[in-house]
Amino acid sequence: MRHGRRLFVFTFLVPPLALYAVFVLSPYLQAFQISLTNWRGLSPTYEYVGPENFTRLLHDHYVWNALKNNAIILVALPIITIVLALFFASMLSVGGQSGKAGVRGVRGAAFYRIVYFFPQVLSVAIIGVLWKEVYAPRSGMLNGFLRGIGLDGLAKPWLGDPDLAFWCVLAVMVWSNVGFYVVLFNAAMQSIPREIYEAALLDGAERGETLRKITVPLLWDTIQVAWVYLAILAIDAFAIVQIITEGGPGNSSDVIGLRLYGDAMNESKFGYASAIGVAMFFLTLSIAVVSLRMTRRDRIEL
Amino acid sequence: MRRRAPRGRFGVVNAFSHTFLVGWAVLTTFPLVWALVSSFKDDREILTSAWSLPAKLRFDNWVRAWTEANIGRYFLNTAVVVSGALVLTMLLGAMAAYVLARYTFKFSRTIYFVFVGGMMFPVFLALVPLFFVVKNLGLLSTHLGLILVYTAYSLPFTVFFLTAFFRTLPSEVAEAAMVDGCSHWGLFFRIMLPMARPGLISVGIFNLLGHWNQYVLPIVLMQGQGAERKWVLTQGLTALTINQGYAGDYSALFAGMAIAMLPVLILYLVFQRQVQSGLTAGHLK
Repeated sequence: MRHGRRLFVFTFLVPPLALYAVFVLSPYLQAFQISLTNWRGLSPTYEYVGPENFTRLLHDHYVWNALKNNAIILVALPIITIVLALFFASMLSVGGQSGKAGVRGVRGAAFYRIVYFFPQVLSVAIIGVLWKEVYAPRSGMLNGFLRGIGLDGLAKPWLGDPDLAFWCVLAVMVWSNVGFYVVLFNAAMQSIPREIYEAALLDGAERGETLRKITVPLLWDTIQVAWVYLAILAIDAFAIVQIITEGGPGNSSDVIGLRLYGDAMNESKFGYASAIGVAMFFLTLSIAVVSLRMTRRDRIEL
Repeated sequence: MRRRAPRGRFGVVNAFSHTFLVGWAVLTTFPLVWALVSSFKDDREILTSAWSLPAKLRFDNWVRAWTEANIGRYFLNTAVVVSGALVLTMLLGAMAAYVLARYTFKFSRTIYFVFVGGMMFPVFLALVPLFFVVKNLGLLSTHLGLILVYTAYSLPFTVFFLTAFFRTLPSEVAEAAMVDGCSHWGLFFRIMLPMARPGLISVGIFNLLGHWNQYVLPIVLMQGQGAERKWVLTQGLTALTINQGYAGDYSALFAGMAIAMLPVLILYLVFQRQVQSGLTAGHLK
């Protein structure tokens, strides 16, 4: 039996591990190595140039321009998304009529939970293409709506304006994420006893106060996780930007992921692109650590 | 005297909350409905009046998108890749997770952390070397290459989730089966795998949607001469916005979008409880 056990463990572990090593582990390790070379991909030869790519990175104003946009997303996306999601989730679970039956969710809560989740099941490609058409200057839904209600003056070439394009993309990111966090927060709120809200309301607390003083502290763990996930999304942001604006007009909506992709795939600067990848990795890691630290609070057990 | 419930305050709150809830529901659904309605319009209707209804239901847009704009081919390519990757992910993920959860041996914890550690790295970091790994294996622009890569990148979460799940299964059943002379293999395929069904369904739905919606990996790995024939839906659709824009065939673009959108939305509406719990499972640790 002992021999059978070893053979079993071996045959079950080797295929997944081999696949994982070839396609995941080795590329990750190679990325660090390539980031120290001047590999351009035209020839198989390259030289180690040490930290040169990283010093060049620090002086690349395209990179800084992209990073600025990532930084804005990093602040705006989690805050707007979490605030909206908490607001909707708490209305769904405790926003209903509170009469004799106590504190309840609003009528139709199940319906809202289904509908709000729609964007989450769609591919970023569909969402990007769809919103590109929504923002289209002549045939788009948004300008069509504004003209329809007589606000022709507000109809704009949304994605053609360097001052607006970036914000339009950010709006799409918020739009596509809020629903997921409504469902997530709503699920977490189910574990908060109704009586706490009833007692607070009897004591004369306002709804806003119960959200701030009861819901948020009790959901803090979930909010923290949401924050980290949204931060990771903010540092990536590649797909949605590439599809909607391709970073334009005039790099106004560029993000760091798009820099990496362009340098690697269009200009074959593999060494430099890998250096951007390594920088993104450390950025993601430190932001995850910092946001977990900053948002640390004492856990409240019920 | 009848006591009146304090309706005043809560009535206001209620109307207020409903307005916002309805507002967001409209904001969420309207673009989707708009795309669906536009898929039945002709180009002139699309370009001149964004909010008008189509004069008639033009299903020929859908036919044109499916055939001429190749959405049909992309759809089938995606189906091939996703089903292959899903079967492989579930099989390999369950195998690794089972062994890591229920057997202790040298380096078992290390191997577990190597798998799970993969969740921390952004895919971006791997893109350049991954392109060359796949190229050197001769798998660039092939469905097999995409299946293997999707599977490899799904393993960290799948192993993480299923290891936790296998650990919760009672060991009495396993012991009894072993006493009855059941082999390790029989125990896994005939007893443990069926017992793990709820966990397998959750992580399966998570992977199914993840694979179906994957965008970054195919655009990097499916490029070059003749790769268009092998494209998946997401990359075919984004290419369509550029091409149809030039060709001026907007109605085919909207029809293509509708074709890409509907199967996922229908699947979601049918299995919404499982889909929601499957997708939120990744966040509730």
